[in-house]
Amino acid sequence: MIRFILLFSRQGKLRLQKWYITLPDRERKKITREIVQIVLARSQKMSSFVNWKDLKLVYKRYASLYFCCAIEDQDNELLTLEVVHRYVELLDRYFGNVCELDIIFNFEKAYFILDEFIMGGEIQETSKKSAVKAIEDSDMLQETMEEYMNKPAF
Amino acid sequence: MEAVNLLSSNRYTEKQIGYLFISVLVNSNSELIRLINNAIKNDLASRNPTFMGLALHCIANVGSREMAEAFAGEIPKILVAGDTMDSVKQSAALCLLRLYRTSPDFVPMGDWTSRVVHLLNDQHLGVVTAATSLITTLAQKNPEEFKTSVSLAVSRLSRIVTSASTDLQDYTYYFVPAPWLSVKLLRLLQCYPPPEDAAVRGRLTECLETILNKAQEPPKSKKVQHSNAKNAVLFEAISLIIHHDSEPNLLVRACNQLGQFLQHRETNLRYLALESMCTLASSEFSHEAVKTHIETVINALKTERDVSVRQRAVDLLYAMCDRSNAQQIVAEMLNYLETADYSIREEIVLKVAILAEKYAVDYTWYVDTILNLIRIAGDYVSEEVWYRVIQIVINRDDVQGYAAKTVFEALQAPACHENLVKVGGYILGEFGNLIAGDPRSSPLIQFNLLHSKFHLCSVPTRALLLSTYIKFVNLFPEIKTTIQDVLRSDSQLKNADVELQQRAVEYLRLSTIASTDILATVLEEMPPFPERESSILAKLKKKKGPGTVTDLEEIKKERNSDVNGGTESTPVNASTVSTPSPSADLLGLGAAPLTSAAPPPSSTGSLLVDVFSDSASVVAPLAPGSEDNFASPDLASSEVVSEEPADTVHDADELIHKFVCKNNGVLFENQLLQIGLKSEFRQNLGRMFIFYGNKTSTQFLNFTPTLICSDELQSSLNLQTKPVDPTVDGGAQVQQVVNIECISDFMEAPILNIQFRYGGTFQNISVKLPITLNKFFQPTEMASQDFFQRWKQLSNPQQEMQNIFKAKHPMDTEITKAKIIGFGSALLEEVDPNPANFVGAGIIHTKTTQIGCLLRLEPNLQAQMYRLTLRTSKETVSQRLCELLSEQF
Repeated sequence: MIRFILLFSRQGKLRLQKWYITLPDRERKKITREIVQIVLARSQKMSSFVNWKDLKLVYKRYASLYFCCAIEDQDNELLTLEVVHRYVELLDRYFGNVCELDIIFNFEKAYFILDEFIMGGEIQETSKKSAVKAIEDSDMLQETMEEYMNKPAF
Repeated sequence: MEAVNLLSSNRYTEKQIGYLFISVLVNSNSELIRLINNAIKNDLASRNPTFMGLALHCIANVGSREMAEAFAGEIPKILVAGDTMDSVKQSAALCLLRLYRTSPDFVPMGDWTSRVVHLLNDQHLGVVTAATSLITTLAQKNPEEFKTSVSLAVSRLSRIVTSASTDLQDYTYYFVPAPWLSVKLLRLLQCYPPPEDAAVRGRLTECLETILNKAQEPPKSKKVQHSNAKNAVLFEAISLIIHHDSEPNLLVRACNQLGQFLQHRETNLRYLALESMCTLASSEFSHEAVKTHIETVINALKTERDVSVRQRAVDLLYAMCDRSNAQQIVAEMLNYLETADYSIREEIVLKVAILAEKYAVDYTWYVDTILNLIRIAGDYVSEEVWYRVIQIVINRDDVQGYAAKTVFEALQAPACHENLVKVGGYILGEFGNLIAGDPRSSPLIQFNLLHSKFHLCSVPTRALLLSTYIKFVNLFPEIKTTIQDVLRSDSQLKNADVELQQRAVEYLRLSTIASTDILATVLEEMPPFPERESSILAKLKKKKGPGTVTDLEEIKKERNSDVNGGTESTPVNASTVSTPSPSADLLGLGAAPLTSAAPPPSSTGSLLVDVFSDSASVVAPLAPGSEDNFASPDLASSEVVSEEPADTVHDADELIHKFVCKNNGVLFENQLLQIGLKSEFRQNLGRMFIFYGNKTSTQFLNFTPTLICSDELQSSLNLQTKPVDPTVDGGAQVQQVVNIECISDFMEAPILNIQFRYGGTFQNISVKLPITLNKFFQPTEMASQDFFQRWKQLSNPQQEMQNIFKAKHPMDTEITKAKIIGFGSALLEEVDPNPANFVGAGIIHTKTTQIGCLLRLEPNLQAQMYRLTLRTSKETVSQRLCELLSEQF
């Protein structure tokens, strides 16, 4: 099970966080700070896995963004890297050549996509088509609704 | 309320916002929860897949017990209903999984379970993936209920593995068929032993073989995603093979495959290969196969650039070690230790010590190895390690002479580590006579050699050396006078440290009064230690398991040995019951707590008492080693407190702040008691004198001050003290010395708890002891240019801490300067362009590190405000210093 996912920039700014376990806010902040520090301090030649407390951190850098997942001991590290990659692909497909700014300004979409892909720390839909379709469907619904709502009422 | 209205809306946007709102802001407000639950229930029943999806996501996101209580019954029905949409089934499976994880008691097992198992046969691979996750978790807790899933999982896996890469359409990931599902199925199978049914078993073996075969095929794509996904499945298959541990053929093949990865150019693969080989090494079938890779692993240790990979290599060497290769592996590890990263040195030291002991064919090799260990990485050799050497040497007659000779030779080195002096002192004290025949190591030479190290050592080591000297008096009567002269010298008899002084006095007395017979009995050789599990092993386990709750008993014992000046060679081990020899007790080397608890039964015991009948104080302070007030918080929980809770806790932080910039003064005062403090600090060490003054004319009884450190604090601050006299006469003052060592930076302050009986009522006072981080400050003078250069180097946002606050005292420049100097840092003039500002610099000394600190204080007279900025190389230090200093102005 993935315990949590963090997205942060090379400067250490947190861009997106998703927690699949319940923790008090203070604890989350502390963990985030600690992990960002650990990951940023590692050089590119090093492996993408870090043992951290009783968890394993799996991270990968895409352009200026680090994607970091904390997984449990018996989870598969390599596949977690691919979870990250699939998520990036989904973002890419949705935004069309995704960049950090897309995630900053459309963070709610990034969250919805993540929700569609992972639920409760487990992969829900590994098929790119289905996941993207689910997101597009809800977008359609939303857009039609918005259009509907924006019409001046008489 | 609005949010609940939004939830019940039929419009998607409104509903979505409503759900978003409550997943973020929901709390257990009972009124609202009921309404929210109602809305969710409606959506679940709505048969609109989008709405159901939203509701399920919401439940999974919140995942609280209330949610579980309300919906755990509902969701399984949705999951197994025939007409549920596939996407909803996926959400329902994972949602149920989430609820099961938080509150398994609300998820009833029932007839739905068998139908869930059949989801493994579902057409839709997404549903199978989600269901497998659920089943795996459920099967871990209820293996019987889900036993049928094994054969289904095997057949599903076999269908995936043998499928062509295009068969699964969108579930093929970079030419690898359904990697997620394969891995999950393999994980599910790891919940069970190898299948009993021969057909199923054969099919599974076939699958695993196919996976191993595929690893040999040329890659279908150069993309890293392809190889990652493929290898992910492979590693999971290997985990399953190791878990079953029944097919030698597969195990060896797995091992060979991993061997190939050891030299792969992807760091990730090398890392994982080392990691899984570690588990492979423990299987009897593959242990030999793993051993063939020893050269590669040793090479990895030498050439890998990533610390964590090297760490895995060390782990693997440790795992593959046996009698045949122990010498080589230990030698390599020792080699590596010289250049190893500081963070893993201690662990390597422990591992070397364990391997050397476990596989020692000849104990001279063992002694050599450990001495090497101390030479190379003395700082990382923990007490357990050198205790253990001594135990082994004492228990084995055949190495005693060799050990004495070797330590004697090792001690010849001009600079040797203190741990070596400890081991040397102990061993020569016991077995020095075995090498005394050689004129090159005559008694006098041995003694002079040890004594030449004496002045460079810390107090505990010196105490141990004094014990060695008295043992020498017995072993070599011819140098008795030399030793007596040393003991008699002012630096011993009037030593500022009570422990040393006491030992010197006692030993001197003992050597003058006692006859040779008595000396020989009292200072007899240590009896063999009972065989027991190595305490080092326990320590390694402790290191390995982070966040594990340490045994309370163990902590207590550990503290005990601290208090006794580190000379107690009984290792930290719960089962420690060594033979209570009174002679050993006298030296504080053996089982002190035991003899103090019961009167010494043997005849030697009474002899001992005779010797000291004229100086009662001699036995008394040594004996209650276990009763020491610092070590026994259980005193506080005795019934006295509970019946008379006249508690007053004065642990307000004001007290601390009063002492931040000064070292002496009155800490606490009420109508009965006054507590004064006097303290001095140098680098990471300090000493605090606590004066307890009885202000009344009546005696205080059962007067027990106790120092309480929280667990967190204990690891960063080492406090040692001695008990004080339990009665304090009216008007009298008693003094207690606390020796302080700062191991690493810390936030809180220790608590001083004082309990005593005054005229029939029980008094209980707690005050915070003002030992704060800034006490370990050493001022550093630097020029303006240096200052700004360093300031810039510490520009990481975590390193800086800033606080803006209102002045609490008149803003006087001179007083402020005095306070900054009192705080411990140097006050730097002419650095800041604005002369009104104050700038300081210093170094915080802890045992583990030194932390450079820069500070800047900018007063604003109009607003009566200050802005304080601290920059240090460590975030917690910046934070703590800023907190402390902000309160001063």
